[in-house]
Amino acid sequence: MEQVKSFYETPSPAGLTGIKAWLLTHDHKRLALMYLWAVFFWLVLAVFLGMALRLELMFIGETIMPPEIYNAFFTLHGVIMIFLFVIPAIPAIFGNFFLPIQIGADDVFFPRLNLFSWYLYMFGGLLAVISLFTGDGFADTGWTFYVPFSVTTETNVSLTVTAAFILGMSSMLTGLNFVTTVHRMRVKGMGWLQIPLFTWSIYATAWVQILATPVVSITLVLVVLERFLNIGLFDPAKGGDPLLYQHLFWMYSHPAVYIMILPGMGIISEIIPVFSRKAIFGYKGIVISSMAIAVAGSLVWAHHMYTSGMSDVSVFVFSLLTYLVAIPTAVKVFSWVSTMYKGSILMTPPLFMALIFIYLFTVGGLTGLVLGAAGTDIHVHDTTFVVAHFHFTMFGGTGFAFFAGLHYWWPKMFGIMYDFKKAYIGSVLVTVGFIFHYIPMFILGMQGMPRRYYDYLPHFETGNFLAGFGGILMVIGIMLMFINLWASFRVREPASADPWGGTTLEWSVPSPPPLHNFVEEPKILEYPYDFSGVLARAAKNKG
Amino acid sequence: MEKAIDKTGVKIGMWIFLYSEVILFGGLFVLYAAYFHAFPEDFALGGKELNRIFGTANTLVLLISSFTVAASITAIQQRRKGLAIGLLVFSLLCGLTFLINKYFEWGAKFHHDLYPNSDRLLDSDPGFNIFFGLYYTITGLHGLHVIIGMVLLAISLVLVAGNKISAERYAMLENSGLYWHLVDLIWIFVFPLFYLVL
Amino acid sequence: MNEHESEHILSYGFLAQILGGLVLLTAVTVGVSYIDWGFLNVPIALFVASSKATLVLLFFMHIKYEGMVIKVSFISTMLVLAFLISFTFWDVAFR
Repeated sequence: MEQVKSFYETPSPAGLTGIKAWLLTHDHKRLALMYLWAVFFWLVLAVFLGMALRLELMFIGETIMPPEIYNAFFTLHGVIMIFLFVIPAIPAIFGNFFLPIQIGADDVFFPRLNLFSWYLYMFGGLLAVISLFTGDGFADTGWTFYVPFSVTTETNVSLTVTAAFILGMSSMLTGLNFVTTVHRMRVKGMGWLQIPLFTWSIYATAWVQILATPVVSITLVLVVLERFLNIGLFDPAKGGDPLLYQHLFWMYSHPAVYIMILPGMGIISEIIPVFSRKAIFGYKGIVISSMAIAVAGSLVWAHHMYTSGMSDVSVFVFSLLTYLVAIPTAVKVFSWVSTMYKGSILMTPPLFMALIFIYLFTVGGLTGLVLGAAGTDIHVHDTTFVVAHFHFTMFGGTGFAFFAGLHYWWPKMFGIMYDFKKAYIGSVLVTVGFIFHYIPMFILGMQGMPRRYYDYLPHFETGNFLAGFGGILMVIGIMLMFINLWASFRVREPASADPWGGTTLEWSVPSPPPLHNFVEEPKILEYPYDFSGVLARAAKNKG
Repeated sequence: MEKAIDKTGVKIGMWIFLYSEVILFGGLFVLYAAYFHAFPEDFALGGKELNRIFGTANTLVLLISSFTVAASITAIQQRRKGLAIGLLVFSLLCGLTFLINKYFEWGAKFHHDLYPNSDRLLDSDPGFNIFFGLYYTITGLHGLHVIIGMVLLAISLVLVAGNKISAERYAMLENSGLYWHLVDLIWIFVFPLFYLVL
Repeated sequence: MNEHESEHILSYGFLAQILGGLVLLTAVTVGVSYIDWGFLNVPIALFVASSKATLVLLFFMHIKYEGMVIKVSFISTMLVLAFLISFTFWDVAFR
């Protein structure tokens, strides 16, 4: 059988060598990997920042850092995690690598714009790093940059929000690219209802990236303008309304959490059918619920503002709408579980991580209902209950979906397989650590411990100590997981084109794929999750 | 392998970019709406400070320039390169006129002690200060987009002159035109909201 | 993929007519602003502005002749903006 050259051996544009073959590439697959290494860097940095925070909080009073550093650290942890990891990771890495392949295309619609998006991402990250060392130190406002503090504080807010602005541009342009790609580059014969669910999730996400990001862009511009010109647009003494800042901020930042979770859900929707050897239950339901989440999720932003002083009417309206958004989300969870029912389960690390996702995300989602109901929210707003909620959804959810995607698509991207046992052990360690880390925060929050506080009352110390212990376990698990993946590069156990028995197009091409993705004309299945072929091959091999 | 350019796809990409610009300004219109609701009389007073003649002139200038940009595309489609160049030059002059007008307008306001954090604004009613805060922010951001639009039109002009834009291949001109029309669209709303507030 | 794309050319005369309409509407909105219509001031001004915007969008920006993707996505964007502004009023109007 003729050996096809992989994309590693074929630069695009042709003729580039060495580092230029990566830094000037038009190839979506190379760009995906460039994002991957950058994202890994930011994730590890932010994890260590988080660990430092939790170590500080393990004991009353100063443990390892003074309060100013603590404030800067939690701001930095949030800014990095949100703008440099959770929002970009899955779309920029897996969306870039696999969306074109899943629709039978040879790249995205605007390859050079794609490269530009990567440079914007790197530049935004660079600005964030620079803001650590210039001026009066990194911003200490929290990643939400609420006025008036963000306008009056002397720390480096302007540079930090500029970094966030640039990162927003990167996100927006990536979304633009993906929408155009899905509309114009689907292979002949692939209708909208034959598109794999991961691509659908990236498509839905892309619209939110395009339409929601500009709101935070202008909001951050206004923060900078206020810092320099003191116009007073949010200053009550000059006629301004600080709540309008919050409205503008959350008009993006709530849809942003759907940018964070929808691609993760897309990954789960790919993994569950493959390892259940069964078509996804309710394909159309998942498609519609993805779009519904994108739309409805843009109408609920003020549920972050129940205690801000906004009108009672808006508290009621946004609370009601928030409960509606829960419905399409639940549809997905039911669909995944129903897919596994009476399926032929093959346990692998991706499936294991996907199952952990379902559990942790469901807990996160349910606690979201506590926060979405105005009455209960008043009790837990701005406590560690909120912190636990969003870590369950963003880490237990998107984080684990990211891990699952890594372990699902690793063989395809690199042509090598990793050690399963260490992947399982890493996952278990992370999960057990996760539970010990965040469950105490729910309880502490209900008991009244505020978030972002440097110090706390004595009766909160046990919970914080336990959380710290869980955190250490969690970080060890993450390190083990990543080291295991890294080790696969040394062992180099080769992986086949289709190690899992998948039905979507990426499993019909070599591992790793050639430059233009396809060796022969892609064969579209009438239904993207038709496992009859996979099952037939398995039966033939057994017989 | 030279692939045919998918013109519709390029157009879709450009329109999507325009949507992001619409929402970018949209955030400022959220603020305008909320503050107009809070300070209707102060906004009317602020509107009276603005020069309706200047505003109308600028509106007409942008409308005419939108016409000439659209006409330049017709010219290119008809292979009338000279006409296209002339129309684009005229459009650029319109943009320049707009910016010059804005310069004088702002200058006049500064002269009357109406700028962010001026004594007069700090002493006046809060709604009056907000009106001008929004005025400068929105028209400033708009002016920035006029400049960007002019850069795009200038690049298109150079490409037309160099025959890189032709009847077969004019997506760059078309997309620059779309951007320019967006700049016009935003002003169509800014004008009544600031200059014609009673 | 050979797509038949209609090279829709708008004549100078037609474009000039659209400009004429825009100038007329500008005159209307300026003229109307000298009269106080009470609470109708803003709706009238916005209605005229929207009419002008519609002309620019349909003809100068060619959206009348574009496909469904652009038409639907444009309207959706305007709806999003409408929701962002109007939903803020759940708060602002009831304080």
